[in-house]
Amino acid sequence: MMGFALEPRRQESRLANIAAPVIAVAATLIVGAILFTLLGHDGLAAVWHIFIAPLFNPYRWQDLLVKAAPLAMIATGLAIGFKANVWNIGGEGQYILGGLAGTGVALATLDMSGAWILPAMILGGIFGGMAYAAIPAFLKVKLGVNEILSSLMLNYVAIQLLYYLMRGPWKDPMGFNFPQTAMFSGDQTLPYVVPGTLIHLGVPIAAALALTAWGVMTRTVAGFQFRTVGAAPKAARFGGFSASSTVWLALLIGGGMAGLAGILEAAGPFGQMVPQFPTGYGYTAIIVAFLGRLNPLGILVASLVLALTYVGGESAQTVIGLPSAATGVFQALMLFFLLGVDILVRYRLVRLEPAKKTETAEVSAPKTGVARA
Amino acid sequence: MNIDLLVAILMTIAGAATPLLIAALGELVVEKSGVLNLGVEGMMLIGAVTGFAIAVSTGIPALGALGAMIAAALASAIFAFLTLSLMANQVATGLALTIFGTGVSALIGAPFVGITTSTLGPIFPAALANDPIGRLIFGHSPLVYIGLILTFAVWWFLKHSRAGLILRAVGESDSAAHAIGYPVLKVRYLAVLFGGAMAGLAGSYYSLVLTPMWAERLTAGRGWIAIALVVFASWRPGRVLLGAYLFGLVITMELQAKAAGFNMFAPEFLAALPYLATIAVLAVISVAKRGGVAAPACLGKPFRAAA
Amino acid sequence: MTPRLQLSGITKRFPGVVANEAVSFSVAPGEIHALLGENGAGKSTLVKIIYGVQKADEGTIAFDGQPVSIGSPKEARALGIGMVFQHFSLFEAMTVLENIALGMDHPPPRRELEAKVREVLKTYDLALDPHRDVHTLSVGERQRIEIVRALIQSPKLLIMDEPTSVLTPQEVEKLFTILRQLKREGCSILYISHKLHEIQALCDGATILRGGKVVGTCDPTRESPRSMAEMMIGGSLKDLSGKDNCVYGEERFAVSHLSAPGEPPFGTSLKDISFSVRSGEIFGIAGVAGNGQNELLSVLSGERSDDVDGSIRMDGRELTELGVGARRRAGLASVPEERNGHAAVPTMTLTDNAILSARGPKALASGGILRTGQARDYAKSVIDAFSVKAVGPQALAGSLSGGNLQKFIMGREIMTAPAVLVVSQPTWGVDAGAAGFIRQAMIDLVDKGASVVVVSQDLDELLELCDRLAVINEGRLSEAMDVEGISIDRIGLLMGGVHGETRGDQARESAA
Repeated sequence: MMGFALEPRRQESRLANIAAPVIAVAATLIVGAILFTLLGHDGLAAVWHIFIAPLFNPYRWQDLLVKAAPLAMIATGLAIGFKANVWNIGGEGQYILGGLAGTGVALATLDMSGAWILPAMILGGIFGGMAYAAIPAFLKVKLGVNEILSSLMLNYVAIQLLYYLMRGPWKDPMGFNFPQTAMFSGDQTLPYVVPGTLIHLGVPIAAALALTAWGVMTRTVAGFQFRTVGAAPKAARFGGFSASSTVWLALLIGGGMAGLAGILEAAGPFGQMVPQFPTGYGYTAIIVAFLGRLNPLGILVASLVLALTYVGGESAQTVIGLPSAATGVFQALMLFFLLGVDILVRYRLVRLEPAKKTETAEVSAPKTGVARA
Repeated sequence: MNIDLLVAILMTIAGAATPLLIAALGELVVEKSGVLNLGVEGMMLIGAVTGFAIAVSTGIPALGALGAMIAAALASAIFAFLTLSLMANQVATGLALTIFGTGVSALIGAPFVGITTSTLGPIFPAALANDPIGRLIFGHSPLVYIGLILTFAVWWFLKHSRAGLILRAVGESDSAAHAIGYPVLKVRYLAVLFGGAMAGLAGSYYSLVLTPMWAERLTAGRGWIAIALVVFASWRPGRVLLGAYLFGLVITMELQAKAAGFNMFAPEFLAALPYLATIAVLAVISVAKRGGVAAPACLGKPFRAAA
Repeated sequence: MTPRLQLSGITKRFPGVVANEAVSFSVAPGEIHALLGENGAGKSTLVKIIYGVQKADEGTIAFDGQPVSIGSPKEARALGIGMVFQHFSLFEAMTVLENIALGMDHPPPRRELEAKVREVLKTYDLALDPHRDVHTLSVGERQRIEIVRALIQSPKLLIMDEPTSVLTPQEVEKLFTILRQLKREGCSILYISHKLHEIQALCDGATILRGGKVVGTCDPTRESPRSMAEMMIGGSLKDLSGKDNCVYGEERFAVSHLSAPGEPPFGTSLKDISFSVRSGEIFGIAGVAGNGQNELLSVLSGERSDDVDGSIRMDGRELTELGVGARRRAGLASVPEERNGHAAVPTMTLTDNAILSARGPKALASGGILRTGQARDYAKSVIDAFSVKAVGPQALAGSLSGGNLQKFIMGREIMTAPAVLVVSQPTWGVDAGAAGFIRQAMIDLVDKGASVVVVSQDLDELLELCDRLAVINEGRLSEAMDVEGISIDRIGLLMGGVHGETRGDQARESAA
């Protein structure tokens, strides 16, 4: 009798690790095209305008980098937590709080000038995000509250806080009663790194942070700690790593990175704080983190792919009248496929055949019950 | 306080509580089988938009509610396939389902924004609901009664039926259940589909009873509150009922305060109140439960049958 | 006479492994038949095939002379096959009665079922409260649930997979009484074990498996445990080489008045535990599972320090306040019972698993930076020195067999040259070759002046290995006894909690 079975891999497969996201993206394009055709849109045109056409346009390339930067930053921070099984899905709220905290600094320094103001805003943003992420961290460590629910609830609270500040205390007195702050001054705005383009300082910062995070995760004891806690919490304790310090670190790093992304967006593309500030980057970053296989280098690539859905989604809206919601559907499909093909990374398909009784019997994997228990 | 106002408030509480109750009971059954589906919000949105679209096109709201259940159950089938058959991470897949539901519902709902439909109104004859007490007993949408019946049914199912016993066993120890010969994955598939249908029904309550209209992100995070309710209730149906009505009270306070022009608090604070209350309640319950157990032992863990 | 069960040519393959190859044997009605073999010989797979959990690729099964195809445990039960698993298939948060109902395909209504359960309990003189939650029960009581589950369906064939590995000597006697009673009633029993003296005392016939094949049959009453063991491993037994210098040194490791709460949700708290170990000595801690062994190990290793009272000293130095890493650097190594997920991370490479616990003592990290090269070399040296079968340091820990992973874990700790090694269940589920190797490694370690504390449920192992031992029951430790001239009866009573407070086993038995 012949047959096939899934067998846990004995060694990590680099090929599967890279192939999985590629397969997921390809499947998204194909199924997306079919799905949108079924929904009464021009599916092929949708795929073309979202995923392909923007790549031929230099201006879109700039936009791509600008949109990828906050995604990569937030996703890197979240991925460190996900690796350690700390499910911070409050990236959106931490992003908003970072933006708000930095804006607070900006509003306090509107009449001042000096090169110190922008760094102060950035620090404010990082601390804002961290402080907001400290709430679920505290609740988890001290009271055992599930961080998924607490961090997510805080996203909704952050939006209300933003609305409140825009409607009341922080409203620009000279702004014709629009619910938004005053424009930031020159000293409060992020400089462009390539003159004459949209590319601001946030882009190289995002890339540098991802590289740093990669080094930390692969080369340091702290990174080892995150990986171990995520893979086997009891073994991590046996290895001398404290669960609560992991939760604190993961959330503070995640919050700090999201907060940084927030203030860089506020001081960069927005140039002020407005109620439309939250654009869902905090949620999309979750997809980026998984598409990048929780690896900061992969996240850099994944952030470009997801930025493409934003950039392409906008142009598809204007060119072929595709609803803006299409972007979210494509993003979700991508995550579905990625989670689905992930099985190829952990297992391999093997053919059952009358194998000879050999030494391999000794190194089989009884834990997963494939071999003799 | 006059009785009319009191009854009006109580009825608003029941209205606000019902979708939370139905969605949370669905999720409770899912979690009792050992699966954590965080996609409740997404499934509710899919239910809300499907229900609305069907009600608008057929003019029969009840058909909308039925369609909502089917559509959300189909969405939950994606989750079930990924997490049960392909052993994908349940947390991530649940999040994906929510993102998917948000996008798809916005896409399907785009042509329906700004339209209204007939609602899934009271089922008892209006004559029964003439006085305040009559209204309180007979004046609700059928879903309010369904929520109450469902609470009892889920309690009975889990506590006294053979199938419920097996479902709990699967959630308690999938390996032991498998060793005795119970079909772990089949039980979990069915539980997830039931949870999906209930989330869909709960979602349709927003678009067919409460508002009744369709808008993007209509459920505004209530699906997450439903998940929190299951934790709050320590996986007990009776406590889900209590928790849902407590949240109904919080939400009603928000609405009443707005309606009354009560402006001691900013409206944004009132809007944030249900979410803050959820966090507070989770904190309190976590302290109270210290050391005890309530969660099914296999919750969230993938199961792979030993070959 | 028609055999109750007859297997012919059963073959079962897994990817890369043949678990059973052309296995044939039969069991007569009323026979207690032993299935003998090392860990990994294919016993469990075979039993799962008979019970319908797995399907054979080739071969036939006949039951009472009729060829049968057993597709599921349900069909097995319908034929009259009952099974008591080694790893109980019980549900902790449910009652005894609910657990029994789950083990039946068509349970009668609650009241009737309870009456039937009480009848079975009475017939076989078993003590068990049907309304208790399983997590409040001792291991022996849990096994009784499994036995009742099987007996209530009046089986014609009862399969028992390593039933005595979790019992006290007295509980084993009690179990044998029940099994003999069943035999008299005409029930056949397929008895799986590697405890040869038990098989000698109980069984009428035996089939010996090695490497998935039947390598022999015998009448256990006519064999010696040693001859059966040699058939099992397919070679001559190697004796452990004893210690060179039986001179004990100074007191190395001293634990006094140690108390700690149990691990949630269902743990046992430690109560006033004191013992001390000298240099060159192996100290054993015997006891039935779930009596605080895991708690003791995690308190000694430093994994748990909340609410711990008492003191732990090594060479006079107070360790109680130190964390896991600091204790390791001070020379205290530990190996917990669970290999996958506790002593090792199954999804990580052996190199990473070397870093996990040896990064301090072996300087596999410095200044917060991992020294991957050194870690790989260390993992390689452990693989070589402990003859671990693995593709190399890059192999995932989860891909190793139980014995090889245990050798790697033990080697990882022993090669840091610890002053004290605390280890739990060092040879649990490990084949005889690896078990011998691991025991020898511990003896060699104390030869160099270290102290070893072995926590084990396997009394034979402790008697073979230790100089002194004490018994843990309900979180309390008995006084230490010299192994030489020790009374097994007394240990058994201590394991059952006759002295000091107990879970109420005896108390309830007399009340029932």
